[in-house]
Amino acid sequence: MSEDAKRHLPLWRRDFPIRWDEDHYVTRRQLAKFLTLGSAILVGANLAMVAAGRTRTSMAYPPQRLCAADALGPGESLLFRYPTAQDPCILVRTKTGALVAFSQVCTHLSCAVVYRPADDRLFCPCHEGVFACHEGTAGAEPLEGPPERPLPRITLDVRQGDVFATGVVS
Amino acid sequence: MSELAFFIDYSRCIGCRACVQACEECDTHRGQSMIHLETIERRDTVQTAPQMCMHCEDPVCARVCPADAIKQTPEGVTQSSLKPRCIGCANCVMACPFGVPKYEAHIDQMMKCDYCFDRTSVGKKPMCATVCPSQALTFTTREEIERTRRGRPINEWRFGDEVVRTKVFVLVPPATTRVDVGLGALRAGKNGPHIRPVAKDDVAALLEDLP
Repeated sequence: MSEDAKRHLPLWRRDFPIRWDEDHYVTRRQLAKFLTLGSAILVGANLAMVAAGRTRTSMAYPPQRLCAADALGPGESLLFRYPTAQDPCILVRTKTGALVAFSQVCTHLSCAVVYRPADDRLFCPCHEGVFACHEGTAGAEPLEGPPERPLPRITLDVRQGDVFATGVVS
Repeated sequence: MSELAFFIDYSRCIGCRACVQACEECDTHRGQSMIHLETIERRDTVQTAPQMCMHCEDPVCARVCPADAIKQTPEGVTQSSLKPRCIGCANCVMACPFGVPKYEAHIDQMMKCDYCFDRTSVGKKPMCATVCPSQALTFTTREEIERTRRGRPINEWRFGDEVVRTKVFVLVPPATTRVDVGLGALRAGKNGPHIRPVAKDDVAALLEDLP
């Protein structure tokens, strides 16, 4: 039967054609292939997502002055927005005196994290996630609660007594 | 050399029922013949005619099947009903212009000739054509038929306004190009239904003659 003639057939007849060769049977082997390949694709996609989560990307942005270098005492924090007004961040002088800055957006469900001077950690009040807060090349790694990925770190630069944000390592 | 085809020459039929017996002996439907031997004009003659499935190009039996039980192979062979699907509604029995499908009540299923698909699909002849002593049923090439027969093989039929083309050929006098089959007494014409004179071999009329 020609393609044109087929188009005039009712839908039920196209689904149940009279001729053997126009019928589309799914064989057991086809189904097994589909399941195997589909599973492989799902596994691969999961592995790709894990790999993407483990890669660090370092982005440099225009420097932005945050505050004077001695404005924060140990255990104090300051909120700022960097690189755009939609990116809330937190600048912390830890108990040990180190100056660190992180994105304030919790990697679990995007609540704003706050600094807790009592245990010198970043705390997310929504689901009680806890992030470490110390110097290092990586971001603030999650320690407790639901977050799985570290907070992006804001790279800092102290020039002539002023603190500048210079980039984001996520 | 064209491929093998089925030819029926009704004028050669001697009514020996060999085809019916051969068909009954097939293991796929033992004791059940798929070919019917019809009698023609019972009053006047002993002429018989074998009626196997004509394997229409557009099988109306499959078209009317509500259960999708009748399938056509790529070779153009219309299969008998599929056992798990046939619901025994006999739509095909009523639709077939050749009267080929029969409803078998003891198995609640339609059965009809399937061109001996198990044999023809591997290059053997259908059983009825193998046993026919007068070669009224022949499975051979068109060239062979033209070489040995006087008739003309045609596969086009007309039932009222419907033209049906079949895989099986019948041999007709050379002047004929199409078999025209008259319909029943009632037929819608341009001026509404009109009554046709009843042919003297009309089975219904024969039954009315009974006391």
